[in-house]
Amino acid sequence: MTSTSIKLNETPQTRAYLSLADDALILGHRTSEWTGHAPLLEEELALANIALDLIGQARALYQAAGDLTGHSEDELAYLRDPPMFRNALIMELPNGDFAFTIARLFLVSVASDQQWRRGFDDPALVAVADKAMKETAYHIRHAAEWLIRLGDGTDESHRRAQQAVDTLWPFTGEITAARQTWLDAVTPVLARATLRQPKDGWMQSGGRSGRHTEHLGHLLAEMQILPRTYPGATW
Amino acid sequence: MVTDDALLERARAAAASVTDPELPPLTVEDLGILRDVRLNDGIVEVSITPTYSGCPAMREITDGIAAAVRNSGAEQVRVRLVLSPAWTTDWLTDIARAKLLDLGIVPPEPGRPLQTLFDRPALACPRCQSTNTEQVSAFGSTACKALHRCLNCREPFEEFKCH
Repeated sequence: MTSTSIKLNETPQTRAYLSLADDALILGHRTSEWTGHAPLLEEELALANIALDLIGQARALYQAAGDLTGHSEDELAYLRDPPMFRNALIMELPNGDFAFTIARLFLVSVASDQQWRRGFDDPALVAVADKAMKETAYHIRHAAEWLIRLGDGTDESHRRAQQAVDTLWPFTGEITAARQTWLDAVTPVLARATLRQPKDGWMQSGGRSGRHTEHLGHLLAEMQILPRTYPGATW
Repeated sequence: MVTDDALLERARAAAASVTDPELPPLTVEDLGILRDVRLNDGIVEVSITPTYSGCPAMREITDGIAAAVRNSGAEQVRVRLVLSPAWTTDWLTDIARAKLLDLGIVPPEPGRPLQTLFDRPALACPRCQSTNTEQVSAFGSTACKALHRCLNCREPFEEFKCH
């Protein structure tokens, strides 16, 4: 393996694979940043487990993409520059506080769950989806229960949860093509959490075409430094 | 000269005897991870399937199976990871369920609600059978387990999550 960046000639099919894979990898990486910092031990376990699921899903998707592109999973994860990443912008936003992390996990997991369940024409993606949908269902439950506790908790936790939902909302346009179905699942949980659902308005976009926030470059710098510095390193 | 049938038989037994590093009393066969063992042009091909996408034990299991099959007399072995059909806790054998209970781990209960928020029925403690128990953590020491405690005998116990 070299340390030089790779460029792909993407087809609509490889781009579809990479969108799914990059979403899982980038959110998995962000979630893993909580390891050692979570507010309590049980949450430490939970976030580490969720990150592990997401990174596992990403690996399976990169392996499937590798069959199309001729690049290994490691090359796809470690040797692409930020504009080659196809993840939605919401995945790369910094973790913020615990409320922000939980609200994002909830909003994204609902979209992922619905995507896995809608199915794919491609058998390789169906195989990943059949496995991932059970994991994602568990992530939704965990995030939803927390969001309800935070929203319907103290004044401070409510304020932070509301702020998180408000900040994240303009980033949710990129994560689902079936907005109404997604809202149908999100609305009841927000209501139970006593959180105000923001109005749908202008939506941030660009991640799918490689126009990212400044945060992705920093994330990738940390994630990619080892294989870029020591090409082919093993341990 | 070993016949192909005998070679395959030995390879299959060797692969099936490999244990899960996270749950050493259970073999890959007990857990339903081992899907297929066949002979293809002199190469023993073993198919395994992960329990969870990110299960970190897969690497060790793969290496363990390759070594065990080689020790059984096969010269070449290939271990393949297959995702489809997706693993489910329904594939746990009765032996596996009994072994889990022995370890103080409640085996998965089919039909346990995955999506319901908050109100899930309490599990029976594997030691004293009391249902006066509570979940401590939805996620446990490995991807496949959750942590509970018995309020009757005061012992913590794990649950193999239904999946």
